[in-house]
Amino acid sequence: MAEASSQARKVWAPWNEPGAKPFVRIEGVTKKFGSFVAVDNISLDIYEREFYSLLGPSGCGKTTLLRMLAGFEMPSTGRIIIDGEDMSTVPPHKRPVNMMFQSYALFPHMTVEQNIAFGLKQDHLPKADIAERVERMINLVQLNKFAKRKPEQLSGGQKQRVALARSLAKKPKILLLDEPLGALDKKLREETQFELMNIQEKLGVTFIIVTHDQEEAMTVSSRIAVMNHGCVEQVATPSEIYEYPNSRLVAQFIGDVNIMESRIAEVLPDRARLNVVGIDAPVQTGRSVNAAPGEIAWVAIRPEKMVVSLTPPADTSVNCLSGVVWDIGYLGKLSVFHVRLEDKSIVTVAQTNRKRETERTITWEDKVYVTWSPDAAVVLLA
Amino acid sequence: MMISKWSWFNKTSIIVGFSFLYIPILLLVLYSFNESRLVTVWGGFSTKWYGSLLQNEGILGAATVTLKVAAMASTMATILGTMAGFSMSRFGRFRGRTLFNGMIYAPLVMPEVITGLSLLLMFVAISLDRGMWTITLAHTTFAMCYVAVVVQSRLTSFDRSIEEAAMDLGCTPLKTFFVITLPVIMPAVASGWLLSFTLSLDDLVIASFTTGPGATTLPMKIYSMVRLGVTPEINAISTILIGIVAVGVVITSVLHKRREAQRAKDEMLASSAP
Ligand SMILES: Nc1ncnc2c1ncn2[C@@H]1O[C@H](COP(=O)(O)OP(=O)(O)OP(=O)(O)O)[C@@H](O)[C@H]1O
Ligand SMILES: [Mg+2]
Repeated sequence: MAEASSQARKVWAPWNEPGAKPFVRIEGVTKKFGSFVAVDNISLDIYEREFYSLLGPSGCGKTTLLRMLAGFEMPSTGRIIIDGEDMSTVPPHKRPVNMMFQSYALFPHMTVEQNIAFGLKQDHLPKADIAERVERMINLVQLNKFAKRKPEQLSGGQKQRVALARSLAKKPKILLLDEPLGALDKKLREETQFELMNIQEKLGVTFIIVTHDQEEAMTVSSRIAVMNHGCVEQVATPSEIYEYPNSRLVAQFIGDVNIMESRIAEVLPDRARLNVVGIDAPVQTGRSVNAAPGEIAWVAIRPEKMVVSLTPPADTSVNCLSGVVWDIGYLGKLSVFHVRLEDKSIVTVAQTNRKRETERTITWEDKVYVTWSPDAAVVLLA
Repeated sequence: MMISKWSWFNKTSIIVGFSFLYIPILLLVLYSFNESRLVTVWGGFSTKWYGSLLQNEGILGAATVTLKVAAMASTMATILGTMAGFSMSRFGRFRGRTLFNGMIYAPLVMPEVITGLSLLLMFVAISLDRGMWTITLAHTTFAMCYVAVVVQSRLTSFDRSIEEAAMDLGCTPLKTFFVITLPVIMPAVASGWLLSFTLSLDDLVIASFTTGPGATTLPMKIYSMVRLGVTPEINAISTILIGIVAVGVVITSVLHKRREAQRAKDEMLASSAP
């Protein structure tokens, strides 16, 4: 099931289709607060039905970008186009977007029902329609028992679901979610992530979600934009971003990674050779790089793509490091080895614990060999 | 702990303090039920002064004027003060903002004589006929500052994201003020109104400056009567005033208690909810 749906998701990729029209187009948007640049010349295209994540460290401008989409802030320069319409002169209450606030922003003097009905009332829908739609929303977020309560009588998770229902009730074309799951515990968080993905499939809404939880972004997104200091570093699907980050910053922000400063030795059409600076270990990659020999680059390898062993591999001349075990972390299904190399730098290797302790296990101070296949290494130029 | 909390020293200070505060008031209430016309001689229990109060058209007229002025002035002050407080808390940063903010407090500390005098000068300058309307205007002017301060301080802790949420859901900015902002800050607005009402009810100095022929407020009336000697009738009307104020205080505190109890209940509900 999960396999099939993720397969379907992969095939659906409008951003790769040449003729596809973006639903939201952010064109060279900059936002300055005084002399401080919170968002720096960002251009993004977001397609209909996407689940688009903005990911980045605190203060990188995610909320500011979202607030510009909702209309609470005006770009200093640049344009935002939603469904073909320039939003520059459109006030928040006329935009086809709804936002779910980080703080939920529920109306304290209204019950759960009234909160959810609020947006529908602004459209002057018939009473019966409003009641029906509110009922549907309350069912969707499973708040039937709490419909008559005021926000202060709800727990954090319930408030969050009310906020979600309220922003969904108007069936917006675009839903902006600002760290929607920030306040939830792990279990509720995972359930709600699932619920969000269900809702998205049912209602066909375009989601733009802000988070600084990279796992969450990996789970729910069609694409992720990694931001830093007001700029977008990379936009790609979760797996692309994990497997082929375009900079050290992105690689380090998403998951764990070993990064080794290297000098490029040889560039061929289908591969490249580099030497790790400091220990002079040759590395061969499975792809070519867009740089000249002699330049500095960084080799990035995920810990789970490396193998640690007590016996030397057949070929120790390339993609092989030797060192001593500095530390071992046992995580149940995984063991994490910190291997100290000659130059005292540390390499992290994660290995699944497939066997019980039948053969001699690796322990502290053992001399070990760390190896990886040429495909595992990514060369980063920035 | 309990013992030291109720030591003889604490007991005495509380008794002395409260006596100091309340004995004069109690005396006044007591003498309003005095049979005798002599204020300082107890002649038995009677409610006849309350009866004669109802016959005294001077006092009844003054009471009517006072209530009318208080009702109108406090309502106008609440509307204007709420608008002022709202704009001041929302008007981003600009040069001299601190000065403006400080200026709203000035009338609160200005001696009443000066406020009264300056208002009188202005009414004379624009040759406005002095009477009930000028008192109302004067009271509106100074009560407005109190409302503005109360509303402004409420708005500093106001979560503006609920206004943004309302607009996000298609509500115009003006409507947002009336259906979201105002209901949420209503308790502050209401207490601003109550404050204005009592301030107006109680004012003697400014009213004396700004009044004209025919418009006498209760404090003015009482003051002029007292100059001819304290009568039990004055005690009676004062007792009624004390009663009104006491009822107001009790209602506010009961409402407050209720809200606290409700909140405690809500919190329990929220924490026990699945
Ligand atoms: N109204 C404002 N005035 C001045 N500076 C602001 C304003 N709003 C945001 N900033 C600044 O802009 C930067 C980006 O803020 P923003 O809220 O977009 O960050 P964020 O990416 O959402 O961070 P977080 O993950 O912590 O929520 C911050 O450095 C912040 O201090
Ligand atoms: Mg934020």
